[in-house]
Amino acid sequence: MTLPNTVRQQVLVLYLDTSALDSWVRGWARYDGTGTTRPTTGDSDEPPYETGVAALQDGWRLFQASQLVPPYPGAEHETSFLKHEFFFERLVDGAEGAG
Amino acid sequence: MPTTPQLLNSAQVARFVAQGFLRLDGVVPAEMNAEALEAFAAGLPSVPYGTPVPKAFPEGSLARRLVELPAVAGALESLVGPGPEVDHHALHIREPREGSAQPLHADALIDLRPDAFDVQLMYYPQEVTADMGGTLVVPGTHLRRVNESDTGRYQNLRGQTRLTCPAGTVMLLHHGIWHGGRRNDSDTVRHMYKIRFNPTVPQVRLWDTADLDAPAVREELARSFPWCEQATARLEILNRVRLWRVLSGDPDFDIEHWATRIDNRPAAQRSTA
Repeated sequence: MTLPNTVRQQVLVLYLDTSALDSWVRGWARYDGTGTTRPTTGDSDEPPYETGVAALQDGWRLFQASQLVPPYPGAEHETSFLKHEFFFERLVDGAEGAG
Repeated sequence: MPTTPQLLNSAQVARFVAQGFLRLDGVVPAEMNAEALEAFAAGLPSVPYGTPVPKAFPEGSLARRLVELPAVAGALESLVGPGPEVDHHALHIREPREGSAQPLHADALIDLRPDAFDVQLMYYPQEVTADMGGTLVVPGTHLRRVNESDTGRYQNLRGQTRLTCPAGTVMLLHHGIWHGGRRNDSDTVRHMYKIRFNPTVPQVRLWDTADLDAPAVREELARSFPWCEQATARLEILNRVRLWRVLSGDPDFDIEHWATRIDNRPAAQRSTA
């Protein structure tokens, strides 16, 4: 089903070195609502930006950042998911495809 | 006829503890690789969970000869010890121009064992080129407590390795490592044969320990990886120290005094004396 509104969302997820938005990118993922690109696991070795702020400077809009959650008592030394996750969006005309 | 297994040294095992995998390039002879591709086309025999190797893989079978190659046998014995059981085995095939990659995942369910680990053997009977979608592995992720494909959101991490290798390459991986089969963008079918081994003995000093106190051991265990956040990189090393204490049988091993410092509780020791 195609919605009449042709504006589509592209999503960029950056995993940063610390909880600061201007820290270094450690991991990344992309999702393309236009359907014109197919980002997937293990498709690139270099991140699209060096820092979170660099993504802002390129026009991406931040819409979610990870909360700082204290470790559960007894689990302070456990490592699990990447902690500093930042979600960005870019709205593009679906008819024009990915920019 | 099996020959003497080539045991790993302490620095190699320390590297496995830090990185979560060991790569043996081109160790399988060409004729076995050709035989494997034919055998895989016919399918694999069923092996119940927890079957000892000699029963799972009869003498002379391809899988038995694979795990008895001196380099493979030595590395396996160094990591899981003699007499491991076959947890399961499986053939992974990535079709040409396949549309999708596997999400980044750790195999099986979340595993909390602090004093044991399984080893997964991955065997590539043919050359794997960049566009064939070789296995993606993220070195150093194996001690993270995540469950199966919950890590699927991470598409790329700094320092990830996108496998390319010559035919006959074997990788041995800690069961917890984050990995996934990449999308095959080539015109060639890609084969990977996997066997998971469960240890049946304590995984303590199973390798050639002549270099146990060599500086290289500490250097390997103190390594940091480019995907890892600043704060958790220290926790990774701390967790490696704890695993190395188990494997080496040395309860005092440490790096930068981190484990020793936070284990130091004079008041608690006095109250239990």
